Amino acid sequence: MRDVAVVGIGIMKWGELWEKSFRDIFVEAALNSLDDAGVDKIDSLVVGCMTGGLFVGQEHVGAIMADYLGQKNIPAAHVESACASGGLALRQGIFEVASGMSDIVMAAGVEKMTDTSGDGATYALAAAADQEYEVFHGVTFPGLYAMMACAYMNKYKVTRKQLSSIPVKAHHNGAMNPYAQYPFPIKIEDVANGVKVADPLYLLDCSPITDGAAACILTTVENAKKMKKPYIKITGSGMATDTIALSQRDSLFWLKSTEIAGKNALKMAGRKISDIDCVEVHDCFSIAEALVTEALGFFKPGMGVKAAAAGKTALDGQIPVNPSGGLKSKGHPVGATGIGQVVEIVKQLRGEAEGGRQIKGSPKIGMTQNMGGSGASAVVHILEVE
Amino acid sequence: MFPSRIWREMPQRYRLEASTCKKCGKIFYPPRLICDKCGYRKFEKINLPEEGKLKTFTVIRTPASQFSDEAPYAIGIIRFSNGLQMMGQIVDCDLEKLKIGQAMRLEFRRVQTHDTHGVLSYAHKFVPKWY
Repeated sequence: MRDVAVVGIGIMKWGELWEKSFRDIFVEAALNSLDDAGVDKIDSLVVGCMTGGLFVGQEHVGAIMADYLGQKNIPAAHVESACASGGLALRQGIFEVASGMSDIVMAAGVEKMTDTSGDGATYALAAAADQEYEVFHGVTFPGLYAMMACAYMNKYKVTRKQLSSIPVKAHHNGAMNPYAQYPFPIKIEDVANGVKVADPLYLLDCSPITDGAAACILTTVENAKKMKKPYIKITGSGMATDTIALSQRDSLFWLKSTEIAGKNALKMAGRKISDIDCVEVHDCFSIAEALVTEALGFFKPGMGVKAAAAGKTALDGQIPVNPSGGLKSKGHPVGATGIGQVVEIVKQLRGEAEGGRQIKGSPKIGMTQNMGGSGASAVVHILEVE
Repeated sequence: MFPSRIWREMPQRYRLEASTCKKCGKIFYPPRLICDKCGYRKFEKINLPEEGKLKTFTVIRTPASQFSDEAPYAIGIIRFSNGLQMMGQIVDCDLEKLKIGQAMRLEFRRVQTHDTHGVLSYAHKFVPKWY
């Protein structure tokens, strides 16, 4: 296998982009990644998108995006793994370059979520759960994570205030991110003073509905050196799955797929979890961030929320988690989220994070963790400065 | 929900049937074609137990449209003494008094009424045992 590097990243301002279409947001981010890499032609495109079909009635996403990107006739694939579609696009892109099938690949993600009603978006997102044995009974996505939170908080005696520290930290970081959907700070009391969505989760525990796209350009390390551009090497990739229905798991709050994907990515990179300098994780809900940091091994079981409340995941903490603002503040255009995480880690490793959110001490090794459904799939990558 | 989808699920939804692996005894709801524990492919039908314990729950306050008339409503995961776990709505209860560990009874109820095909769908719901 050939060594693979990221030589270009592209993102755009995420949010409720009424004036921009599905294809427009993709092309905007994709062009930014081409410009960043100094490349005008790609050999292949892999696009992560959870459900263009349900959100905007558009499938055949690979072809339409290659067409509108001005890259007619290239191979283009759409990959889907619910909210982990972006992470999966990166993984498939890596395979293409590593195998020698392509030299320059764009791995991208896109989702246009506001061209439907709130009900429509709830329906589309619920398609990532077990349609016939979860959604049928009236559960929603916040409902699934709320059930994990309920069992977890009961077992480990976690307080509401401790859990609220996670979205507060997310907004603190996101306020410094010019591309974030909600770039403003919130106070800890704002969370439990808000609207309840699914007990014990409030609106500010939940990531928003977002339009957005992100892209990155992959090539071999050898090629990257010739291009004389700053490049970030991808040293590890792991993916794993779990039962589609939450009720079928031995533990209702241990994210087994994340644990396995993380271990496999670390093994491939020859690293241990304590080597990681910064991480972007899938905080679709406040509780998810804590459970992920435990499953990856940053904290012991039961300590994820408490560690966050003690400031260990802050920009200057033991392990900075979601310096971008995470899904909570930056936004969560589901198919684009996994690539958005890569954009942030590449910025942090290049020392280019804007607005004062650059992690001090020049981080050298970063990690991304992207998750689908209630944890039925997880994709982890390790990126390093060489 | 399209009628054929409800029709084919009648054994598990209407007759509350689960299946048990003929080799290792693991119980599945819904039924499966291969056991994820031992890989055996033959199963025996069993009836779902009548009582279980609440493992976790939530109160849904912003539901999908077909449940909007019912919100807020509780939904939870119960565990039976044979190790099987399943999700369902919790009804005929005080939402403020639900607790992990509570005994729950399995009942046969209507689950969805808002449907473009005009089909009412039924399945299990959970009721706290003191009722």
